[in-house]
Amino acid sequence: MTDRPVLQTPEERESYLNAGHSLRSWFLTTDHKRIAILYLVSITFFFFVAASAAALIRLDLLTPQGDLLTNEGYNRAFTLHGVMMVWFFLIPSIPSTFGNFLIPLMIGARDVAFPRLNLVSWYIYIVGGLFTLTALVLGGVDTGWTFYTPYSTMFANGAVLWVVAGITIVGFSSILTGLNFIVTIHKLRAPGMTWGRLPIFCWSHYATSLILVLATPVLAITLILLAAERLFRLGIFDPSIGGDPLLFQHLFWFYSHPAVYIMILPAMGVVTELVTAGARRRIFGYWFVACASIAIAAIGFLVWGHHMFVSGQSMYAGAIFSFLSLAVAVPSAVKVYNWTATLYKGELALDPPLLFAMAFIGLFTFGGLSGLMLALLAIDVHVHDTYFVVAHFHYIMVGGAVSGFLGAVHFWWPKMTGRMYSLTWGRISAGLIFFGFNLTFFPQYLLGYLGMPRRYHVYPPEFQPLNVLSSAGASILAVAYLLPLVYLVYSLRNGRPAGPNPWGASGLEWKTASPPPTHNFDETPVVGGPAYDYPQPAAAGHG
Amino acid sequence: MNDFFRMWPAQASAHAVRVDQLFIAFSALIVALAAPVFILMAVFAIRYRRGVDADRSRAPVRGVWIETGWAIIPFLLTLAFFVYSSWLYFQTGRPPPGALTIDVVAKQWMWKFEHPGGQREIDELHVPSGEAVKLVMTSQDVIHSLFLPALRLKQDVLPGRYTTLWFNADKPGTYALRCTQFCGFDHAVMGGRFIVMRPADYAHWLQQAGTDGSLAQQGFELFRRLGCSGCHGPDSTHRAPKLEGLYGRPVPLDGGRVTVADDQYLRDSILYPARDVAAGYAPIMPTFAGQVSESDLIRLVAYLKSIGDQAEEARR
Repeated sequence: MTDRPVLQTPEERESYLNAGHSLRSWFLTTDHKRIAILYLVSITFFFFVAASAAALIRLDLLTPQGDLLTNEGYNRAFTLHGVMMVWFFLIPSIPSTFGNFLIPLMIGARDVAFPRLNLVSWYIYIVGGLFTLTALVLGGVDTGWTFYTPYSTMFANGAVLWVVAGITIVGFSSILTGLNFIVTIHKLRAPGMTWGRLPIFCWSHYATSLILVLATPVLAITLILLAAERLFRLGIFDPSIGGDPLLFQHLFWFYSHPAVYIMILPAMGVVTELVTAGARRRIFGYWFVACASIAIAAIGFLVWGHHMFVSGQSMYAGAIFSFLSLAVAVPSAVKVYNWTATLYKGELALDPPLLFAMAFIGLFTFGGLSGLMLALLAIDVHVHDTYFVVAHFHYIMVGGAVSGFLGAVHFWWPKMTGRMYSLTWGRISAGLIFFGFNLTFFPQYLLGYLGMPRRYHVYPPEFQPLNVLSSAGASILAVAYLLPLVYLVYSLRNGRPAGPNPWGASGLEWKTASPPPTHNFDETPVVGGPAYDYPQPAAAGHG
Repeated sequence: MNDFFRMWPAQASAHAVRVDQLFIAFSALIVALAAPVFILMAVFAIRYRRGVDADRSRAPVRGVWIETGWAIIPFLLTLAFFVYSSWLYFQTGRPPPGALTIDVVAKQWMWKFEHPGGQREIDELHVPSGEAVKLVMTSQDVIHSLFLPALRLKQDVLPGRYTTLWFNADKPGTYALRCTQFCGFDHAVMGGRFIVMRPADYAHWLQQAGTDGSLAQQGFELFRRLGCSGCHGPDSTHRAPKLEGLYGRPVPLDGGRVTVADDQYLRDSILYPARDVAAGYAPIMPTFAGQVSESDLIRLVAYLKSIGDQAEEARR
């Protein structure tokens, strides 16, 4: 290795990318890095499918009478958007691509603990995804991604059963990935890589994996019960045949609230890596940030009732869930303040990764604080099921999780491909996304407080100005999301070779070549210091 | 008021004013909690930009007190809001006794309102101002949700169950009424007008609206027509529980449990008589599930309520 020039082009050097060029070498690979690339491509595909449904929705809402789509078409479009975004983009996005690619590299391992299981996860994902997409497009479902009963079991037309089956299938992919990560982090850490030296990215994925393994089976159970009522008229949820309609909401949110943390925790891990590398600083309060991930995962299981403040559940339950929902914000706040403190006295490089991380922090802070508003009972009663809620969760999931995902793409792209992309275009797209996002979703907070319910195909004319603003923002956002696709793909051939560590970052993944060799490291690394061990200016770091 | 571009929703009750105050105060707290993050990020990005000469010595990497501070202080501040907002919420959950009761039946895709005097209206709700009004709501099919933005109130309407919503609207006017729980094809147009009137105007409106007798009277007709009086009537020879004075009283059940004869219990006993059998009676009553609509059930319950109240009224 030592006699080779540092900036060899990726094609000349042996790496996981040129370890085989046949289709077979990709589709039967057990290399975690190749599986990550398979995920990256398929997830990007599903993202743009789901995003085009959002584009239809925003176009349709330009006018109060909804001229573009029919009622049925609109209801199907937002269901497709929600189902595809939640289960086929957001939940697998960062864990399946970057978790897969990076966890073994970060802990100094050759691969994940169960490489073949890892490939099986991808196959389950892709089968579930194509199956669901076919059902949504050909059959059509209008229940929304929440499938509330008894509408979904006894009243809705369309391919509800098929879609529910597809989601149940893809759940197993989540469970297997979570299992793989837990075992990998426990068993395959390199010598010296103690729990206290683990990058926060790995802690976040550990917490995420716990939720994946514990919550996803509940979703499977819930959806199977739904299918049983729809198919066999078993009285589970519909009171006219002896069921309880609220039981479904309890079961569904017992999974789906933790699922929100499945979407955001990995992004929080990414942001920690981006902030420390962008500022060349050790993370402020390592243990607080690490434990905050676990605390979010744990308390996140106890807040599902805040989706049901107006459902008719007991007032006392409402008060308890309100309190716990405020409590679950504490570890998130700790993370935000720690990231900010990490920037203090750093050496900030305003490159795309740090810009995306700062966009994440800003949008997540705002989304999280508006979540506190929703946790307050009297305010939630008014804004529940309005555009206020839509704005809130898009700030978390799009402003937060998608910015985190794009930050990860811009940070580890040189590692994955061996090529640098245009930093200028990266900065432009980070700025455009931040601007377009706020223009799209901030007006929706106002719409919600003014009383515009969600899932409305037609709306009173007084809401039109804000809807037009929101749609204008969405068109900017559409351009901003397509832009990286262009310059990143362009960089694959034309980017300059990145070298092993273009950002000057710490972390084991930067110690090996870019793109890494199939076996990751030439010799098993030995870890001797803490995570983010950047050289500190004199007399620093012992406070 | 300019209807084209409204910046603030109309306020039609004292509760709406309080919710708005809470919302504004909490918005201020949000700004206060987020401002340090935004300002410091910008300041650090400028002052500590790579290549810029700045004092970077003694950069801290941990601090237990500052961590504890920024974990606990914002939480305590939000807890103050938690107490007030929960108090407001509990107020909206406890209707005062003697509130004017209006029954609501929701179905795909319309709202039906039944006033106690028997007046009916579809997709419009007229109420008197300055008076406590209680809505007792149920759905004939899927879950709906009644949203009255001018009151900052909303309550899901469930099939097979009564939920209630009460308010005291003090500003006469015409406001929006919407469905906020996705209920299918025409969900977006399942709404109408919520009209708050001065009490005299409301009384006048009731007169104009016309009626086939009060809900209780209509319920009595049904009670006879469906054959209920055959067993439950005063001179029946069958052994069935007497229903006079029953409403609101505890009912001992077969198996030792005790329940209260409220709207829900009476409704369920008509539809599913075998579920909770009154102690000491044989379960011989046939089910009426599928034969009586939610509107008829409301009438039957109104009748039972009226003969339940008679004993109480006699005492007054």
